[in-house]
Amino acid sequence: MIAIIDYGSGNIKSLQFALEKVGLSPQITIDETVIATSDAIILPGVGAFQDAMQALNNQGLTEIIKREADNGKPVLGICLGMQLFYEISEEDGEAEGLGLLKGRVSKITGKVKVPHMGWNSLSKHQSSPLVNQILEYSFVYFVHSYAVKEYAENTLIATCDYAGTIPAIVQQGNIIGMQFHPEKSGDIGLKLLENVREMML
Amino acid sequence: MLAKRIIPCLDVDKGRVVKGKRFKDIQDIAHPVELAKKYNEAGADELVFYDITASNEERDIFLDVIENIAKEITIPFTVGGGIRTVDDIHRVLRAGADKVSVNSAAVKNPNLIKDAALKFGSQCIVLSIDAKQTSKKQWDVYINGGRKQANLDVIDWALQGESLGAGELVLNAINTDGEKNGYDLDLVKTIARSVNIPIVASGGAGKMQHFAAVLQPGYADAALAASVFHYGEISIPELKNYLVEHGIHVRPGMSREK
Repeated sequence: MIAIIDYGSGNIKSLQFALEKVGLSPQITIDETVIATSDAIILPGVGAFQDAMQALNNQGLTEIIKREADNGKPVLGICLGMQLFYEISEEDGEAEGLGLLKGRVSKITGKVKVPHMGWNSLSKHQSSPLVNQILEYSFVYFVHSYAVKEYAENTLIATCDYAGTIPAIVQQGNIIGMQFHPEKSGDIGLKLLENVREMML
Repeated sequence: MLAKRIIPCLDVDKGRVVKGKRFKDIQDIAHPVELAKKYNEAGADELVFYDITASNEERDIFLDVIENIAKEITIPFTVGGGIRTVDDIHRVLRAGADKVSVNSAAVKNPNLIKDAALKFGSQCIVLSIDAKQTSKKQWDVYINGGRKQANLDVIDWALQGESLGAGELVLNAINTDGEKNGYDLDLVKTIARSVNIPIVASGGAGKMQHFAAVLQPGYADAALAASVFHYGEISIPELKNYLVEHGIHVRPGMSREK
């Protein structure tokens, strides 16, 4: 069973359906016991950074997620969920994240429209089971105004180009982040979730 | 590099997809979930579902339909029509929509955009504007499905919408909608120069060249169309090939070997 952390109010139904399509059993939850007994945790992407951290803190989820991650349980963060892994975000002032990954989240700048919304292509940076059978320049669906700007180079699995390099897939051990929405990225997205399933279980 | 998007629009009336020329003379076409699956498989980049009679008849949003669509397709979709409150937006997102488009209600209460963007994030709040050209370089905002003039300039409203936190604009050109003579390029270009959020052009697609014209640099980020897709006049894989041949960067129609 995969625990989808329900810390906000956006669209997590699609994520649930996509996970079911690749043969996983997701459960939308904020219950500590459910999270503790899950095989893996997914932190979905909804809303604003500070609201999300506050919701996690208020529900006592911050410590649970950190503890499970430290114990080696696979944790996948999607979109904002990935950004929450980092130490600091500059969204609406400065706020502390979960600190599972080293780095900083800041606003997308440059001569581009914000939000970065639509299908952009992935460039692979290192081989990983996460991008198994994913062709170079495969398109996935992004929707975000902030991006990870400072990060450890060796965590980069794939990036996309949008007024500079944007980390698209990152991984450090059991911590996996995807800046785009695999559940909204057609067959490529489903394949990526299959790859995650292979790694997680 | 970010791809330009092709977006079939499904106007839904009492649970069925319909298409009306200039918002009138409505014809029944298909079941929304079936059509959504078809477009998902054909390589559409996104879908939009408008509950077209909702603002006038005060009907509730078709939450079950939305959930069934979310179950069946793996591309993003927007839901609009009759969205009046932050609670309406919440319900639609929870049912599985990725973005919610607001139109008449936002004109009547612009803070709806702000409140919703703060609560759910700008990325899921789309401002849909029905624009009627009244003279050269002048477009007026219409509401209630294009039936009522709002006494608002389209450029002003687009700018205000952006500053209130809308993450995307849909420009529905009432003059060109249903005519199949091309998008209102003047309108799209004018607004594209004014705002820095993505723009979806809507109203007037009849030929593949119309898509190429509106997706050239400096115009729209996405092109929305209905009847040319519903009646099979243009197929999405063919359209994408055409666009690639004409130098427009799009996501290939079918991506994964099966």
